[in-house]
Amino acid sequence: MISLLSSLVAALLLVNLVALGTSRISTVVRAVASQGVLLGLLAVAAQGRLNGTVVALALASIVLKGWLIPVILFRALRQVAIKREVEPALGLLPSLLLGAFATVLAVAAGNRLPLAETRLAPLLIPASLATVACGFILITARRKAISQVLGYLVLENGIFIFGLLLVDAMPFLVEVGVLLDLFVGIFVLSIIIHHINREFSSLDTRRLSLLKE
Amino acid sequence: MPPIPVALPLLMAVVVFYTPSKRWRPRLLAATAAVHFGVTVAILGGVTVEPAGAWLRLDAPGRLLLGVISLLILACAVYSVGYLRYRVERANRRFCACMLAALATMSLVAYAQHLGLLWVGIEATTLATAPLIYFNRTARSIEATWKYLIISSVGIALALLGSFFVAYAALLGGGEASLLFSGLLSGAGALSKPWLRAGFTLLLVGYGTKLGLVPMHTWKPDAYGEAPGVVGSLLAGGLTSCAYLALLRLTQITAAAGEGVYANRLLIAIGLVSMGVSGALMLGQRDLKRMLAYSSVEHMGILAVAGGLGAGATFAALLHLVNNAFGKGVMFLSVGNIHRAFGGKTTDEVHGALRRLPLSGTLFLLGLFAVTGSPPFGLFVSELLIVKATFASGRWAVAGLFLAFLLLAFAGMGATSLSALQGRPPLSARRSTYRDSFTTFAPALCLLGLVLLFGLHLPETVRALITDAATALEVGR
Repeated sequence: MISLLSSLVAALLLVNLVALGTSRISTVVRAVASQGVLLGLLAVAAQGRLNGTVVALALASIVLKGWLIPVILFRALRQVAIKREVEPALGLLPSLLLGAFATVLAVAAGNRLPLAETRLAPLLIPASLATVACGFILITARRKAISQVLGYLVLENGIFIFGLLLVDAMPFLVEVGVLLDLFVGIFVLSIIIHHINREFSSLDTRRLSLLKE
Repeated sequence: MPPIPVALPLLMAVVVFYTPSKRWRPRLLAATAAVHFGVTVAILGGVTVEPAGAWLRLDAPGRLLLGVISLLILACAVYSVGYLRYRVERANRRFCACMLAALATMSLVAYAQHLGLLWVGIEATTLATAPLIYFNRTARSIEATWKYLIISSVGIALALLGSFFVAYAALLGGGEASLLFSGLLSGAGALSKPWLRAGFTLLLVGYGTKLGLVPMHTWKPDAYGEAPGVVGSLLAGGLTSCAYLALLRLTQITAAAGEGVYANRLLIAIGLVSMGVSGALMLGQRDLKRMLAYSSVEHMGILAVAGGLGAGATFAALLHLVNNAFGKGVMFLSVGNIHRAFGGKTTDEVHGALRRLPLSGTLFLLGLFAVTGSPPFGLFVSELLIVKATFASGRWAVAGLFLAFLLLAFAGMGATSLSALQGRPPLSARRSTYRDSFTTFAPALCLLGLVLLFGLHLPETVRALITDAATALEVGR
């Protein structure tokens, strides 16, 4: 079981770096979609058994993040005919290196914090912190609205991973938190992409620069 | 069964959304807000007994918050009746429904006694208010809404991670992990310190984003600048008060766990930075609404500093919260009227507001004195109490910076506002159709009256409400 868990976590971390290191937005969408599926599997593998909360979390992750959100995103991409993140605020290589550095830092930090148990926490805590950091880097380094939403989804995935540690003790907190966060992601995505499209006929947040000091 | 102040506006939001008549929707909004206020007064006066659920319960700080938002939103709702009459070209279905949804979600924050439920409430306020910022449907307002949503969502996501950390700290503590505030507070000694520290930091960043503390303030001038004035008063008075109460509750738990020094230091530092940066950005600001947004950042900084002073300053902090909520209400409602009459909101377009709009202009001028902390208004008293508490705790440098930044804000706001108020109004403004009417003027006047009253003589009922809330929030600090 542990080896399955660690390979899932390794795959998740790898996907983070793929998302950071590519300029093709469709690749990033696919990366985030695969991360959603991986998270669903991780939820089941971490528990080792099926109960209502775990099934709900896994299904929400696989169906919404693995399928629904990518469908919305691909449709939006087709409408505006953008393919690449041109001229990101921070270049691809620097953001990739920053992401790798953050991952190392997360492992170091995870080793120093006290743990409640030693089966899941040593794996999941560093993975969670690293994924949150990578999501944050994506949001700040990219300029297209769609890339920033993708960054938000990665950040959310990191929080999801941490939630898996609390599922047993506090199912309500995790369930509500994760599902509401997902809902917000979809809400922001569909409404804003629709309207930004109509007003600016582009999803570049640099065009959103009328409001400045 | 959810409590009436949460359930009623939520139900009415649905009703209003499906009301076909454009004229009736604002009236329903105002009527619902009035009933909500009536119910709130009954609850605060002890006429109706509240069901005491474990998760949803109105404790003393919740009572204060409920009173503040209920009254503020009543003023906003009455104002909306007049405002929407001038904006007949705009669809008002979403506006009215979202105002009510905002009232419901803010009431939920007042009731929430559970770490997770509190987070849900604050997240819901973001969702309910986003469509309000987009009311004007211009390119600029979509930009503001986008920034608001993406920055707030990231902030709120970090707050969720912070809540998870606090939950993990409780899990390590080994106590029953209920995550109710009462349980967290009584079992605070057992919470794992490193996780609690990390959790508090993330929650400060997360809820600080909603407050608009520097450096998470960047959405604020855009959202407040592009939203209608009435939405600005809802955000600057209501939403910030909700997030501040959440922050105070978490500070209390952190302090009870023996990490008070750490929490206080963070709060004072971020508060002073917010005051300084916003003060600098107010200097030479030409846009009246953006100026008010920075003034809101400044007051959130003041509140953060007050929250970090530890026991003894909580009364002053809560008094400042009340004064700030109503003071910002006056400012945003009157600047909304000025915007209507002049068709602009920068000092390039707005001159002679006192002459063109004697009523709203005077309100704006008096509100300016109130918000900058001049006597005899309530904010003078609460700022004085905060400065006194700072000196009492021996933080001379903090007090010095605090006073210097207050002066800076006064200079910045004064220069911008006076250039808008004085002089001769341009021809276009003299010809515009806007006139002050009862519904667009009276709500701001009432709020100003309250701020003045709180400065001259704090009524006994209000004092008791604030004292009880402060006492409850100081247990364990």
